[in-house]
Amino acid sequence: MLSAEEIDNWNGGTPPAPAKLPPALLEVSGLVKHFPLKGGLFGRGQGVVRAVDGVDFTVYTGETLGIVGESGCGKSTTARLVMQLIRPDDGRIVFDGVDVGGPKLPLKGYRAQVQMVFQDSYASLNPRMTIEESIAFGPTVHGVSQSEAVARARALLDRVGLAPQRFAGRYPHELSGGQRQRVNIARALALKPRVLILDEAVSALDKSVEAQVLNLLLDLKDEYGLTYVFISHDLEVVRYMSDRVMVMYLGKVAEIGPTEQLYRASRHPYTTALLGSLLSMDPDRRTTEAPLAGDPPNPINPPPGCRFHTRCRSAEALCSEKVPGPTRIDGEAPHYAACHMADRTSGHSRAPARSPV
Amino acid sequence: MSAPLLEIERLSVTFSGGKKLVRAVDGVDLSLGRGEVLSLLGESGSGKSVTLRTVLRLHNERRTKVEGSIRLDGTDVLALKGRALTDFRGKEAAMIFQEPMLAFDPVYTVGQQIVEAIRQHEQVTSAEGRKRALELFERVRIPSPERRLDAYPHEMSGGMRQRAMIALALACRPKVLLADEPTTALDATVQVQILLLLRELQRELGLSVIFVTHDIGVAVEVADRIAVMYAGRIVEIGSVRDVIRTPRHPYTLGLLSTRGHGGGLSGDRLPAIPGSPPDLTALPPGCAFAPRCQLASDVCRQAAPEAVTLAPGHLVRCHRTADTVKGLPKAAVTS
Repeated sequence: MLSAEEIDNWNGGTPPAPAKLPPALLEVSGLVKHFPLKGGLFGRGQGVVRAVDGVDFTVYTGETLGIVGESGCGKSTTARLVMQLIRPDDGRIVFDGVDVGGPKLPLKGYRAQVQMVFQDSYASLNPRMTIEESIAFGPTVHGVSQSEAVARARALLDRVGLAPQRFAGRYPHELSGGQRQRVNIARALALKPRVLILDEAVSALDKSVEAQVLNLLLDLKDEYGLTYVFISHDLEVVRYMSDRVMVMYLGKVAEIGPTEQLYRASRHPYTTALLGSLLSMDPDRRTTEAPLAGDPPNPINPPPGCRFHTRCRSAEALCSEKVPGPTRIDGEAPHYAACHMADRTSGHSRAPARSPV
Repeated sequence: MSAPLLEIERLSVTFSGGKKLVRAVDGVDLSLGRGEVLSLLGESGSGKSVTLRTVLRLHNERRTKVEGSIRLDGTDVLALKGRALTDFRGKEAAMIFQEPMLAFDPVYTVGQQIVEAIRQHEQVTSAEGRKRALELFERVRIPSPERRLDAYPHEMSGGMRQRAMIALALACRPKVLLADEPTTALDATVQVQILLLLRELQRELGLSVIFVTHDIGVAVEVADRIAVMYAGRIVEIGSVRDVIRTPRHPYTLGLLSTRGHGGGLSGDRLPAIPGSPPDLTALPPGCAFAPRCQLASDVCRQAAPEAVTLAPGHLVRCHRTADTVKGLPKAAVTS
C-alpha cells in the first residue's frame, strides 16, 4: 500500500526535492465529472459516462504541462473543468493558493487569469464581430475602457503576426485557419492571463502552419511569463512543447513525469504502447506489430481494477481486482505511474523487488 | 513499369459552384501499376482528395469541369454514363472514406450494406452474400464477426467501423482501392492496427491502392511511391526512399523538416514554412509555391515549372532543383 506521504506526493503536495520546482500555480485534486446518459424511460439516465474519474495534478509556475491520451480519455473534459466551463461533480481546484470559486477568488476573477484556446478556430469566434471587436470584448467586460481595449486588441494582433491595418476589420470567415487560431490566441491574451489552456489548439492546422503557431506560442510564453497546459493527441508536438507530460487513460492519470524521462523510460505500459505507435518515418524500418490490440474501452462501463488491464500484455489477476495507485518512480524529479508493476508492494510478478530496508 | 493499371493524364478539375472558379486540380499526371501502393501526400486544399474522388466521378457534374483523361484497365472513366458508371463504382474501383460513421447508412446494419453492395454487382442470393460478408469480416479481423454483421454503424467503435468500411470496399474485389485519409480520424494506437491491416491485405490480395494522406509518417508506412501535391499540382513524385531521403522540391523539404521534431529539439524554434497555402481562386501565374519559397527567383514567379527528372521515376516540378541538392539553406526553413 501507499504511504500517506506518497499519496500526498501524487504530484500534489511538496515534492521531495523541493529546491527544483517553482511554486505551484494550479493545484487540482480529486477531480471527478460523470455525465449522465440520456435515454431510458422518462428520460432517466441509464448509467453515467465516467469522463474524469479522480484526477490530481499540479501545474507549476512558468512550466508547460502537456496532457496526452486518446479520444475519450478525459483530457478535454479535464481542461473544461479546470477552466470551470462545466461544474465538477467533485474535487478541488486551487489557483495560486486560493480556492477557485470561493469568496476570495470568484469565477470572474479566476477567468481573467486563466484563459483557453480551443481546437475549432472558427466555432470559437463570433461570426458577426470583427476580429478586433472579438479581442477587445473580454477586456471591456472586465472593466477596461473601450479605447484602451481596442488599443490592446491592435497591439496583440500585431504581436501574433496579423498587421492590424489589414486585419483588424475582418470577420472570422475572411481568415485562414492558421490566422484564426492566431486571433484566438490574441483574444485569450487580451485579459493578461497567467495561465493558458491550449486544448488541441494546433490539431486542426496543416503541418506547415502548425509549426508557425507553435513557435508563436513559445515566444509569447517567454515574453509574457505564461504557464501553459498543452493538450494534444500528437505525441511529438507534446514532447516538443512540454516540460512535464501527463498521460491519461479512461478518465484517470496513467503516468505523469518530466517529458524526456517519460518519453525515454516510460513506466506505465499504456504510455509505452502509445509511444510505440509513433510512426518511424523510415521506409526500411516500418512498424511490423501493433503495440496494442483493439480500441480504447467505453468510459460508460470502464473495466474494474486497473482500467488498462483489458489491453495490457502484462496484466495479471491482481490488475483486474485492485485499482493501482500512483507510485513514485525513483529519480530526482517527481515521476509517477499508476501501475502495479511500478509498485514494489503490489504483489505483481513484474514489480521491482522489495528494497532490503 | 509494364502497362499501368490506372493512368491519369493532364487531369484538371475546376469547381464552378461559387462566385469564383476554383481550380482544385491543375494538370495532374499519374500512373498506378498493378499491385502498387501510391500515396498522394498534401495539405488541405492541395487537391489530393479531389483527384481521388474524380477517379470515382463523385463530384457534382453540373458544377465541376473535368479535363484530361482517366483510364482504368482500358476503360475511359470520364466517358462512363448511367448504368456503366454504377457498375464501375465498387466493382472496378472502391473507396475507403475518412469518416466511416458518415460513409455508412445509419439505418441499416453493416452486414445488410455489404450484402447489398455484393448483390448490386453480382448475381448471388442473399445467403451467399451474407456468407461472403462474413468471410470479409474475418479477413479484416473483426472479433465475433457473425454478431458484428448485425450491428448498426453507431454500435461499433471507430476502429471497428473502419475495418467494416474496408470490408465493404473489398466486397466486390475491386481492381483499385482508393483510400481517402482512412486513419486520420483514428487514435494513434488504432491507426497502427489499421495501417498494418491494409498493408497485409494489399500484399495478400495484390491490391493496387491510391492512399491519400496529409501525414508523411503514414505515407512512409504504406506506400511504394509518394506523390507530393501542392495547390492542385504534383510537385514531387518518386519512390518512398527518394522522396523521404533525397527530397528536392523546397515544399517537400519544408514539410519533412516540420516533422520529426522529437527529442533534443525542445527549446529551439521549429523549422516552419512561412505564409499560408495559396488561394485556389487566384493562383499566381508562376510556381504556386513561389510566394512561400525562400529560393524563389523571377523565373519562378513568371512561369510554372515543368517536371524535371532527377533519377528514374523521381520527378520534381521546380526551377531551382540545382539549389536543393544539399537541402534548403538554414534560413530558408525558419520563419
